[in-house]
Amino acid sequence: MKISGAEILIESLKKEGVDTVFGMPGGVVLQIFDVLYNEKDLKFILTRHEQGAAHAADGYARAKGRPGVALVTSGPGATNTVTAIANAHMDSIPLIVITGQVASRMIGNDAFQEADIVGITRPCTKYNFLVKSVDELAMTIKEAFYIASTGRPGPVLLDIPKDISGARADFEYPEKVSLRSYNPTYYGNKWQIKQAAQAIMKAKRPVIYAGGGVILSNASDELKELAEINKIPVTLTLMGLGGFPGTHPLFLGMLGMHGTYAANMSIHDSDLVIAIGSRFDDRVTGKVSEFAPKAKFIHIDIDPTNIRKNIHVDIPIVGDVKNVLMELNKEIRMIEENKNQLIKEREPWYSQVKEWEKEHPLTYKKSNKIIKPQYVIEKIYEQSGGDAIVASDVGQHQMWVAQYFKFDRPRTSITSGGLGTMGFGLPAAIGAQFACPDKLVFNVAGDGSFQMNLQELATIAINKLPIKIAIINNGCLGMVRQWQELFFSQHYSGSILNTIPDFVKLAEAYGIKGLRAKSPSEVEAVIKEAISTDGPVLMDFIVDPGENVFPMVPAGGGNAEMIFGEPAKVEKGKAIAKKEKKNSVLPA
Amino acid sequence: MQHIISILVENKFGVLSRVAGLFSGRGFNIESISVGTTMDASTSQITIVTKGDERIIEQIIKQLNKLIDVIKVVDLSEKDYIVREAALIKIHTSRSEDRSEALRITEIFRARVVDSTPTSYTIEITGDENKIDAILNLLRPLGIKEIVRTGKIAIAREDMKVPAIQEVKKLRA
Ligand SMILES: Cc1ncc(C[n+]2csc(CCOP(=O)(O)OP(=O)(O)O)c2C)c(N)n1
Repeated sequence: MKISGAEILIESLKKEGVDTVFGMPGGVVLQIFDVLYNEKDLKFILTRHEQGAAHAADGYARAKGRPGVALVTSGPGATNTVTAIANAHMDSIPLIVITGQVASRMIGNDAFQEADIVGITRPCTKYNFLVKSVDELAMTIKEAFYIASTGRPGPVLLDIPKDISGARADFEYPEKVSLRSYNPTYYGNKWQIKQAAQAIMKAKRPVIYAGGGVILSNASDELKELAEINKIPVTLTLMGLGGFPGTHPLFLGMLGMHGTYAANMSIHDSDLVIAIGSRFDDRVTGKVSEFAPKAKFIHIDIDPTNIRKNIHVDIPIVGDVKNVLMELNKEIRMIEENKNQLIKEREPWYSQVKEWEKEHPLTYKKSNKIIKPQYVIEKIYEQSGGDAIVASDVGQHQMWVAQYFKFDRPRTSITSGGLGTMGFGLPAAIGAQFACPDKLVFNVAGDGSFQMNLQELATIAINKLPIKIAIINNGCLGMVRQWQELFFSQHYSGSILNTIPDFVKLAEAYGIKGLRAKSPSEVEAVIKEAISTDGPVLMDFIVDPGENVFPMVPAGGGNAEMIFGEPAKVEKGKAIAKKEKKNSVLPA
Repeated sequence: MQHIISILVENKFGVLSRVAGLFSGRGFNIESISVGTTMDASTSQITIVTKGDERIIEQIIKQLNKLIDVIKVVDLSEKDYIVREAALIKIHTSRSEDRSEALRITEIFRARVVDSTPTSYTIEITGDENKIDAILNLLRPLGIKEIVRTGKIAIAREDMKVPAIQEVKKLRA
């Protein structure tokens, strides 16, 4: 029996196990929406903006570990998803974006709401398709999911002309897919793995530097095993947070620009850096030539282009992180007879690391007059027992979440790493809450970032999502202001937001409970009330506008040259000290 | 250093733009590009001449391999290969001595006259870059009206199944 392209699409999505689709309708996708009208097994979630839909699908994917799906119309609907697609691309998130397109015979005629979305998104998708015949539709969907979720995952866009949704064809969902030109390498080279094991069992000052690849390949258990078998300290990138327990004694904290002193110094003095599912991003390495200058590198990654892109690697291993780590751990166990001896020989290293941790732990100046943003994160961590998903936005608050929320489990830190997309957090929290309906989900937002997609408060209210939004309200684009303070003579150009709107009233306008904390003593009570409230709550924390994220490696500097927010103290490792700024950097 | 990279791709619409987009998006350089069909109608062959240090060429090859539609990438510069390009050259030949001079040059280079009017010849030539540059230098004094040059195409030389020298020596011993 022949069914319509629109029906084929929805049936295929169900075959792929999709239960939720985020989006917004429009002219050329009406056929598809008509099928959705009677659909029982597939939830359609109407967002208030297509960027919100695609970010929500992305958040869903990050929390669930399965592709998220967005469905939008042609032209502006499609172009509105571009930022979200680029965002997913940078962070290797499996995302399926289905865009309607004008009828096949109209393509290229500048038809109403026509945009060459395949052309526009070519550089920011893993792959994209323009469907040319209804007979290919099912296979194309199969391929789209296959490409998005295998190898190094990424976004795939499917552009479906209006006439294809309307045309009819026999439907049989393909069981298998194989593409002769696409064969990711899943298993690492055995010989290289042996080399790596030997290097690890010889290293006196080893460090593991792991990233988002650990989470994408569900390899956190294997990573933990590797670290524990012969006691290797671990640092994580922003994307890797949760891939290794934040409360583990071997955990050094995040590394890089706003990483911990211990993490950056450990890398700097290490003789063996084991890079796992990480790509030597510039926010991580600082000045590349000064990144781990004394170390040999092992680099495990599924994407060969990541290897030797930014840094010379001694032992490259291309493969799926989980598989490679399983093999590597096996290999290490086979040659671990000298393990106790080795751990003894590494004692000076462990004590050095401990010393760094003691020398400069993460810290901030406490206050009982004004709310310190770090304090809010600490309290959220404490009150949630650490058992929550936190979707953050982009800016200072994002770094404070990364520093002060000790993520113990993978897929609980949801943040825009590679692209740094303000406005990601709120819709991503929506996606995460749909993916994990029983989990406590926070969106920690900056007052700037929040305003980039605040329309999605409607989506939260209508779907009664119990998301707890914490706005770290500093009245400014804090991260920009921080750079201007430190590097542009305190010229706060274009970075002051003037504390508008009234977020509590805004929440109330959407039928969402709004709470506000103005002094440190109110913080805990507000968080407690939010957590114990059924349904969504927006918390507005009026925080110290002058607070900065420390430590910090100035852009282009080496990671050992960190700035601290404390009174001048010249530290070992060329640390440059900086006087704490006064709080009154902003107009009242 | 100059590298000639031979890329076998799926013969699908948009593939050339994916390949070209990769070069422009990552700041790699394309000196010439040529595209054609192969024996298998479902694939096309792209030949790109590019320049870069070892690290860049390694990235180019890895990035090309990463493109979903790319089936095979070969850096011919690592092998023995034959490279050709073609040109069509239109020259002024109003004076009869020019006509005979043009024919002589054409002959020497084993090129061909493919079109002729009382005042012009169009010459077709195939060869490596040096050969084409050389004929152009000789024809230039006659007055060149127009030149169209193709990009390079290249193919690896077939391995000669001759035993290596040591083997030969061993056989002789
Ligand atoms: C879409 C987008 N535009 C601009 C930027 C540049 N940018 C980075 S951080 C930042 C300020 C963020 O302000 P806010 O959300 O209030 O967070 P805060 O830094 O104050 O915690 C800006 C403008 C960005 N990352 N994303």
